[in-house]
Amino acid sequence: MSQAKKYTGVMDWLTTVDHKKIGILYLVAGAFFFLLGGIEAMLIRFQLMFPMNDLIGGEAYNQILTMHGTTMIFLAAMPILFGFMNVIIPLQIGARDVAYPFVNALGFWLFLAGGIILNVSWFMGGAPDAGWTAYVPLSTDFSGSGVDFYVLGLQVSGIGTLIGGINFLVTIINMRAPGMTFMRMPLFTWSSFIASGLILFAFPALTVGLALLMFDRVFGTAFFDPGLGGNVILWQHIFWIFGHPEVYILILPAFGIISEVIATFSRKRLFGYTAMVFATLLIGFLGFMVWVHHMFTVGLGPVANAIFAVLTMAIAVPTGIKIFNWLFTMWGGQIRFNTASLFAIGFIPTFVMGGVTGVMLSVPPADYQYHDTYFVVAHFHYVIVGGLAFGLFAAAFYWWPKIFGRMLSERLGKWTFWTFFFGFHFTFFPQHFLGLLGMPRRYFTYMPGQGLELGNMISTIGAIGMAVGSFLFIWNIIVSHRKGAEQAPADPWDGRTLEWSISSPPPEYNFKQSPLVRGIDTLWLEKMAGNKNVTPAEPLSDIHMPSPTIVPLFMSIGLFIAGLSLALRNWLPDVFQNAGIEASATTVVYVGAGVGIGITLICMLIRSLYDDHGYHIHVDELEDDGDKGVKA
Amino acid sequence: MSANHDVQTLPPDPERATLEGKNKFIGFWLFLGGETVLFATLFGTYLGLNRSVADGPGPGDLFHLDLVAIMTFILLTSSLTSVFATMAMKSNEYVKMQLWFGITVLLGLAFLGFEIYEFVAYVDQGLGFTTSGFSSAFYALVGFHGAHVLFGILWITTLMLQATKKRINLTTAPKFYLAGLYWHFVDVVWVFIFTVVYLMGIVGGGGH
Repeated sequence: MSQAKKYTGVMDWLTTVDHKKIGILYLVAGAFFFLLGGIEAMLIRFQLMFPMNDLIGGEAYNQILTMHGTTMIFLAAMPILFGFMNVIIPLQIGARDVAYPFVNALGFWLFLAGGIILNVSWFMGGAPDAGWTAYVPLSTDFSGSGVDFYVLGLQVSGIGTLIGGINFLVTIINMRAPGMTFMRMPLFTWSSFIASGLILFAFPALTVGLALLMFDRVFGTAFFDPGLGGNVILWQHIFWIFGHPEVYILILPAFGIISEVIATFSRKRLFGYTAMVFATLLIGFLGFMVWVHHMFTVGLGPVANAIFAVLTMAIAVPTGIKIFNWLFTMWGGQIRFNTASLFAIGFIPTFVMGGVTGVMLSVPPADYQYHDTYFVVAHFHYVIVGGLAFGLFAAAFYWWPKIFGRMLSERLGKWTFWTFFFGFHFTFFPQHFLGLLGMPRRYFTYMPGQGLELGNMISTIGAIGMAVGSFLFIWNIIVSHRKGAEQAPADPWDGRTLEWSISSPPPEYNFKQSPLVRGIDTLWLEKMAGNKNVTPAEPLSDIHMPSPTIVPLFMSIGLFIAGLSLALRNWLPDVFQNAGIEASATTVVYVGAGVGIGITLICMLIRSLYDDHGYHIHVDELEDDGDKGVKA
Repeated sequence: MSANHDVQTLPPDPERATLEGKNKFIGFWLFLGGETVLFATLFGTYLGLNRSVADGPGPGDLFHLDLVAIMTFILLTSSLTSVFATMAMKSNEYVKMQLWFGITVLLGLAFLGFEIYEFVAYVDQGLGFTTSGFSSAFYALVGFHGAHVLFGILWITTLMLQATKKRINLTTAPKFYLAGLYWHFVDVVWVFIFTVVYLMGIVGGGGH
């Protein structure tokens, strides 16, 4: 039991249950999908650069538009957040690991499997083309086979997200170091905790929605078929009961990142910590109460619209509290303007602009005017790119040294910030006006002479700026990871929270001795007290670690096979026929689905029957800190 | 790690005695929270569509209180027997635990048998999965619950097989406890199905 199973090379990554390595896997896969979604965005912008442009045409445009939204939200933004959460949360709460290392690995592989299923569609008769919201009857009666991939890809990756969320919740509830009370937790951990709670209560609704849509498409059920008594509005309710909290699942962790970065680079404790925590809780709660504001023009009547309008406006209150607390944190602080800090500071006015247009949209009579125009597109990109993407860049520059043990170039980083920041505003600011002038969303072209040319041209040029910023970031990564580049110290920013008290990158067991937490910003308190490092809460002793395992990967492969078989229902039978194999369409699909689910169930059985007790790292194997410790 | 021979030394709450057990305990409660949303969405769908019978039969044409009463009785009894099993697990009485879990599984199988009989009867009366909004929502909700019962049966059976070798120790105790918790949850959902689908269906009539 004390002997560690060691794998090397690729096998090490395929079998890892180390939360830091899984975090890196999330970051790499998320970045890949971010590039994919970015290429799709560029194609959209090039198509709309000129009126009556025929660069890609309507059919391809629908697919690219749908995949851009779906990819960015499910396969880029959330996984990248999950990557940071995976690496950072256990470090911030002083834990050696997450609560379920196995489940954590499974969550990653399921997300990847779902992402691949979705993108396989490009080569199998076309990608989903009903928009990322997949409204019925567009997604049932008028779409190609692409929506099958949407339904099954999101179902598989959604399971991964759900178990990942539960893992974070239990980790934070149960794995905190001694003294780390809830009201001493860093804001990133807090906001991730609340976002994980939202995942727990929002994603099962999506699971049901996707299942019902799949039943309608594959088996011909009547959920969304008015001819048989079904109801198309039902889909919108189910989708937005998931979809609205999803917005907060994305933005709350970004709020947490901003809180950490602003406090660190203002060299001040976060202003109004308690108010920040409760504002975050309140936003999370209200996030579930406002889904109908996506449906004001559906015709639910003035009473429903009025109630949901007021609830939506109410969200501006806790959000305003957060904005002012960030400003008060900077007020009188010794602000350092490095890249992470610039992205965090740039976030504030940008996100406020997105919030203001959000309040505008929450007024039902006005919403009738804005609905389905580029004004909405501008609004949610200000929130999700100006909020979340800025937050993710801030997190990347802030935590990169901790995660990878290398410093990123500040010079390249500032170029990234300025090109991305200006590119962003040039892209999306004109879209407000395009929307007010009547340019509709989701349309692949527009007519000349309606005053839409200039705005679209500026918007496309801005998008090129964002692309340049993104490539500078990739270049920065390559440069910083070449031989001889600067190694990161344990605490490059003079940090305040526990992750900066251990070496960069952290050893596999994180903390040699569990830290004793004595207040908010523990490390800072210890530094102020003149201590070189955080006081340990326990004597040095053997450390228990979970064993690496390949089972999560195989469980995901099982669901991948099942999902792909169902998604390929229009395509697989032809392959068999061409190969001269006599098999009916349904047989092929059901055999594939059965085999896939069988593999997953057998893996579950194996996992259940063989208890793996992990291994111990003995005291004499624990590496000597040397000079890696924190210097106050 | 506690080996098989020191069965006398189990602590009072063996399912929560280790950090891993405690993690499982909290995580499973949270998971059930997610499952609640899942079933709530299916209930919402059913309530939205239960009057939409199109040209097919409606609740009033199909449901019979006697059949549903028997099914309810069986499932609620199985909840009781699973409590007995969990109590036996806590007091470290291996044989008793296996016996009560065994009875729970048998009751679950009986329930499932009735449900299959019920579905076959409805299909004979013209209520297919694709007949109407009502039929799709009905089979989705009740069938999804049935799938949960089936999963519970498989789960508890697997644990019983594992217990023949490993008995009750600090690793297996959380598993037994959680399987029992899951079983209660599935039963509670049935109480809501009994009320919302069957009682409201029979009392409210519906159909032709």
